[in-house]
Amino acid sequence: MDQQLPLIEISNLKTYFPLDEGTVKALDGASFTIYRGETLGIVGESGCGKSMIARSILRIVDPPGRIVSGEIMYHRLRKQGEAMVEDFIDLARIDPASPNMRSIRGEEIAMIFQEPMTALSPVYTIGNQIVEAIQLHRKRTKKEAYEEAVDLLRRVGMANPERRVHEYPHQLSGGMRQRAMIAMALSCRPNLLLADEPTTALDVTTQAQILDLMRRLKAEIGMSIVMITHDLGVIAEMTQRVVVMYLGRVAEVSDVRTLFHEPRHPYTQALLRSIPKVGRKARIRLNPVTGMVPSPYDRPSGCLFHPRCPAAIAGVCDQKEPPLISIGDNSAVSCFLYGGKE
Amino acid sequence: MSPAPAVSKEKLLEVRNLCKYFPIRRGLFQRVAGSVRAVDDVSFFIYQGETLGLVGESGCGKTTAGRCILRGIEPTRGQILYLRGPKDTIDLARLNDKMLTPLRRDLQMIFQDPYSSLNPRWTLLEIVGEPLLVNGIARGKALEDRVAELLRRVGLRPEFMRRYPHAFSGGERQRIGIARALATQPRLVVADEPVSALDVSVRAQTLNLLQELQAEFHLTYLFISHDLSVVEHICDRVAVMYVGKLVEMAETEELYLNPKHPYTEALMSAVPKTDPDLVSDRIVLEGEVPDPGNPPSGCYFHPRCRYAIDQCRHEVPTLEEVTPGHFASCHRANELSLRGVTT
Repeated sequence: MDQQLPLIEISNLKTYFPLDEGTVKALDGASFTIYRGETLGIVGESGCGKSMIARSILRIVDPPGRIVSGEIMYHRLRKQGEAMVEDFIDLARIDPASPNMRSIRGEEIAMIFQEPMTALSPVYTIGNQIVEAIQLHRKRTKKEAYEEAVDLLRRVGMANPERRVHEYPHQLSGGMRQRAMIAMALSCRPNLLLADEPTTALDVTTQAQILDLMRRLKAEIGMSIVMITHDLGVIAEMTQRVVVMYLGRVAEVSDVRTLFHEPRHPYTQALLRSIPKVGRKARIRLNPVTGMVPSPYDRPSGCLFHPRCPAAIAGVCDQKEPPLISIGDNSAVSCFLYGGKE
Repeated sequence: MSPAPAVSKEKLLEVRNLCKYFPIRRGLFQRVAGSVRAVDDVSFFIYQGETLGLVGESGCGKTTAGRCILRGIEPTRGQILYLRGPKDTIDLARLNDKMLTPLRRDLQMIFQDPYSSLNPRWTLLEIVGEPLLVNGIARGKALEDRVAELLRRVGLRPEFMRRYPHAFSGGERQRIGIARALATQPRLVVADEPVSALDVSVRAQTLNLLQELQAEFHLTYLFISHDLSVVEHICDRVAVMYVGKLVEMAETEELYLNPKHPYTEALMSAVPKTDPDLVSDRIVLEGEVPDPGNPPSGCYFHPRCRYAIDQCRHEVPTLEEVTPGHFASCHRANELSLRGVTT
């Protein structure tokens, strides 16, 4: 990447859910940066907080969950005469229902979800829903907005967009619904697209189509994409940098090549050992992480991964929390093997 | 690490021309207006002790085929030959319920969703013990001992026998489902997407468990999955389905390196590689999987196939043995040179 301008800087973000059974720490001090124009992957197993990152950025965390501390610094570019001025808005502190947040949500930062059927309304046509998104943020007459909707549907590769625009979500296949949702998310040309498991519910050949489409639209619009997924194959294909999360914390941040060839954190190493690779000849036994992701009410002390870690240092890893230490080149790791003991 | 499973060349199951059509009913009198050909003239066989993968995209009929074999749903036509022993061949498709009952213990199933496939109001003892009770294998103390042994074997603590499924995580529940399937010491286990609902690390543990159990109990698996990397890892041979038809079947390595059907080629190329350095010039298929209620003429794949010729539009191809042990259903199987997975 030539320019490394930060778009969103997340630091020490904590999103908690106070429940009757105890507090679930969905995010417990996550820190990383999303740069302009990059595709950043967020990977981890269920319950690691990867979806909560996207929901916290957009301020759509379901109650009783809330952001208890930390910063989500959004760098907003604004034209002032000739020059571009950078405004800083802390999304963690802004009122989620304020006009400012509402204009950011959907217009500057958009999101697509895993299951398009739950994200699209079943009682409105695809066209209706895209037109609503356009009219919410732009001054357009209904007719103009409809024309734009048809154009958007065409650009996301929908055959017969003039007819499809009048159809309801249930009339479309899974892949087509995902395309419609992408069209809606991109209607205002956002700076950032948060994609939460966008292809998990799709078949491989449809997944290939959608990933292809996202890559093409990214080149066209020049937005950043945050790709949230548990599928390391999607990460390898789509992203430039990767954040590995475990139990609400960042285990490792690194560029995608380093992640796959020299993973640093023992958890990343274990994850990579757990996946069967296509094209590997011998039927060797997988060497998975032992044990299970701990219950959210019963988090281990010290490093959260130490009970499952083959490299855990007794008396250190179970006592102290490892800090996220920067190791150059936009990489960071949270493990005592790489320092931070003192 | 794990010993190579003893795959004999004795067939255990042979499916011939299996069809399952679901009627489409319309109008006031619910007249039959057509049919969805979920499984359409499918033939394959499984050797004793092997794992046969049945792969394809959603709606291709792989689950329906698996359930027909166990007579969970009634096949419309075709033979399901269970080769129980030398000169002891039984056509499962022809038996009535009563005659089928004694055979049920030999044929078991593992389900995809570990949440909906276990009765939440039953304890582990009841869930795992039921097949033993129903088939008259064990009762009372002997039943408890056997359940304890099964739970221990799949890596669960026998003390948990009196607990209910809600107390367990997804991976543990899948182990409960595996213990239940193994309770009657079956010979064939149909595993329908057994690891699809599990997280990466738990998935690997479960795959290892399935392999260990296969070696220990001489199990034969029909492994239904959409995940090609899992299938390559665990299966000896693989059969590919598309819109209710079997399009290709071969030994795993042969199929992955040397596919003979254009659909298999596209499917392989669509799998994201877990290596950022492998530049993939991927074949992106145009269009969508056709509706099995209204399939295209000729070869069902021809509207999306980049090698289609005129013959493909008119003639339905049949499954032929292209090279020994490698079956494909494509008019051009002999002339095309298709690309397998690159390593």
